[in-house]
Amino acid sequence: MLFMRLELNQSNTRPRRVTEIITLVWNWAMTMTEATQRAGFEILGREDFSELTYALVIHHPLMARAARPGQFVIAMSHEAGERIPLTIADFDRKNGTITLVIQAVGKTTKEMQQTCKVGTALYALVGPMGVPSPVGAARKVVCVGGGLGVAPIFPQARGFKEHGAYVIGVLGFRTEKLIFWREKFNACCDELILCTDDGSAGLKGFVSNGIELAVSRHRDIDEVVAIGPPLMMKACAETTRPHAIKTVVSLNPIMVDGTGMCGGCRVKVGDQVKFACVDGPDFDGHKVDFSDLMMRLRRYAAEEKTAMRRWSENCRMKDHVGSAAREPQLPAQLAPDLMSELLELPDPIDDVLGG
Amino acid sequence: MAKKKTIRTIPQQRTPMREQPAHERVKNFAEVACGYSAENALREAERCLLCPDQPCVDGCPVGIDIPGFIRKLGEKDVRGAYDTLTATNLLPAICGRVCPQESQCEGVCTVGDSLEPVAIGRLERWLGDTAIAEGWVNIPYIEPNEFKIGIVGSGPAGVACAAEMAKAGCEVVVYEAFHRPGGVLRYGIPDFRLPNDVIDAEVNNLSRLGVKFECNTLVGRLFTIEQMIDEMGFDAVFIATGAGYPTMLGIPGDSLNGVLSANELLTRCNLMRAKEFPNYDTPMPIERHVAVIGAGNTAMDAMRVCLRLGAEKVHCIYRRSRTECPARAEEVHHAEEEGVEFHWLTNPVAILDDGSGGVRGMRCIRMELGEPDDSGRRRPIPVPSSEQEFEIDLVVFAIGTNANPIIGQTSELRLDKRGYIEVDEHLATSMAGVFAGGDIVTGAATVIEAMGAGRKAARSIKNYLRIRDCSRDYGTEGKFGAGMLFGLGLGEQNFARVRVG
Repeated sequence: MLFMRLELNQSNTRPRRVTEIITLVWNWAMTMTEATQRAGFEILGREDFSELTYALVIHHPLMARAARPGQFVIAMSHEAGERIPLTIADFDRKNGTITLVIQAVGKTTKEMQQTCKVGTALYALVGPMGVPSPVGAARKVVCVGGGLGVAPIFPQARGFKEHGAYVIGVLGFRTEKLIFWREKFNACCDELILCTDDGSAGLKGFVSNGIELAVSRHRDIDEVVAIGPPLMMKACAETTRPHAIKTVVSLNPIMVDGTGMCGGCRVKVGDQVKFACVDGPDFDGHKVDFSDLMMRLRRYAAEEKTAMRRWSENCRMKDHVGSAAREPQLPAQLAPDLMSELLELPDPIDDVLGG
Repeated sequence: MAKKKTIRTIPQQRTPMREQPAHERVKNFAEVACGYSAENALREAERCLLCPDQPCVDGCPVGIDIPGFIRKLGEKDVRGAYDTLTATNLLPAICGRVCPQESQCEGVCTVGDSLEPVAIGRLERWLGDTAIAEGWVNIPYIEPNEFKIGIVGSGPAGVACAAEMAKAGCEVVVYEAFHRPGGVLRYGIPDFRLPNDVIDAEVNNLSRLGVKFECNTLVGRLFTIEQMIDEMGFDAVFIATGAGYPTMLGIPGDSLNGVLSANELLTRCNLMRAKEFPNYDTPMPIERHVAVIGAGNTAMDAMRVCLRLGAEKVHCIYRRSRTECPARAEEVHHAEEEGVEFHWLTNPVAILDDGSGGVRGMRCIRMELGEPDDSGRRRPIPVPSSEQEFEIDLVVFAIGTNANPIIGQTSELRLDKRGYIEVDEHLATSMAGVFAGGDIVTGAATVIEAMGAGRKAARSIKNYLRIRDCSRDYGTEGKFGAGMLFGLGLGEQNFARVRVG
């Protein structure tokens, strides 16, 4: 009985004090978590390839470790932003970074071009998403990247090379000035075929011409992997169809969550409906219904235009009001005229490969 | 001692809850039901007979001590009532709003045999809201142990399990793929039913219990379940990823622009705040005539969101009759008040193209009810040559969900034929230390059923880790009774946490 009393007395007081301490510690821990959350995902490096294309190097050691060729992320630049899918263009396990290559074509990507500087952070970044591309089996592959597809094809080319395949790179740009990552591709491709629309570098013509060239040189190609705007991927699939070469395309339709929950990214492949985010993003190019994909990509074209117009008006107003106090500006901002030119949006199907 | 209450002496009418009038609320996202005042709540508490059978406790999937908290309310001990309630349910403000009480606690209420049942849900909600307003938190003294628990998904099942495990003294980390925690509570349930502030407050309470929320983390892809156990030092993992993979219509025209899943509509509107476009970047254009296919709670939410986003006419297309409709009665009633047009016994056959990839209309067929099917509901059969066309510009389908495939794709866990995770009666999966519950096991169900699964999983995890609960409660003398030894109860409640074996 006495023992019980004793313990009762002790424990009547002790937990209360401990609770207080624990509460203090928790409050502190919570402020700490909030602080780290506010920090988001830090941008360690940035490179501008042209007026429209830029690369962001983002600190995320866990994702750098997990990422495989062909996977993508969903990023939000700020709390009120939209979730945009971007293919992982490179990952560096040693330094714990991933690289995203972004083309400024819509409101969000243009805004990111202005705000995402070294030292700032993305509000949200989740991934790696999607089924990784199998890079182990093929012995001789053609890796095709057109426009925005150039950066995302890089991890695949490197992956194939690491697995001992003979890699033929086919890269398409509009003109010589826009070429980037040439050395990176040279390092992982056994052959590199450059194509430019105006013939200023390499082959004059489209990537499909490059594929023709590769096919004429090599009779034993196991696989063609093509990433780029839907029209380009369609052209690639049509080029390889007569040769019956397995052709994989990476689709990037409109997504919200990227975890198979909304169904917004559904695509028709053969007679099936697939979700690009969890069943893809890689599909058999000979079976994909590209016209369905292109139609669905135009779903929010009107709203995108509204957002774009409103945003660029805001930008111009800010330019007008506070140009003195501004930080060093980026190319797009320096030329307000360019902004108004860009108001006429490119067809949304051109910007599907956000990165 | 007050006179014993009988069915004759209690207030005969259920205390009404103030609601925004239908014509006003369709223009805003504020809550439809405004909640009880303190007087309302105390009056409604009077209606409980405190009957000895307590059918309501059995009716509740998590077994809340309903008469217990109502008795405290009757004694005007609001804090005490809150403490009793939160002993079982840490999210009263959420459950009071979203549980289908009429088929659970209120459905079996003794008062309900002859009068309207006690408004248990409204009382629960009032207590939850009062606690949030007053800043009450119950942080019990928790003796930490060395166990680390990983929870995949911050929806209702995940948070229920997280709360239990944190109270047991474990270090708990909850992973969420979205940028804000809450799962379906956040992305699925609209503000006018469950305001974001309420979710924030309840999530905050869990954080104060020591639960850590890690957003922007897609488990399975960023790291696998196997890695959580083998490399990241988790002693047990609970998978609560939900169903969430929307079922497609599978009729001609279902890939047209202007055909989308209720999940997409609701996520855009609730989580991404499309209703505030262009201040928020995510758009959700609503056309004039909307058809929502299905008549579950998700369908009701989708329809009412469409009305608030400016739709002129919203049709509900359901192939069975009103009797079989799975939504909460209150939701159907609200949707009706707000002007949704219901078409019972109607099934879509085709969605019509407007020539430029959009929707022009929908062709539907009349149905009639035949013999009961596996689900016990009467099977709908098409009536020949009864097709009719609706003029529609937006089609939202809310016809159920399938299992989310990501965990299945990335782990060795055994799945059933339909892709759901296979578990035994203790919610243990085929992998040691890994448990699963909620929609990813049962298929789409309700918030409270998922929370029930979360609590059940927590019990199993404690068993698996040989954790005994230790909420040493040195209360008043009166609490000590039979079965005590040196002030320690012989029941599981009072043993120190030790790992044996």
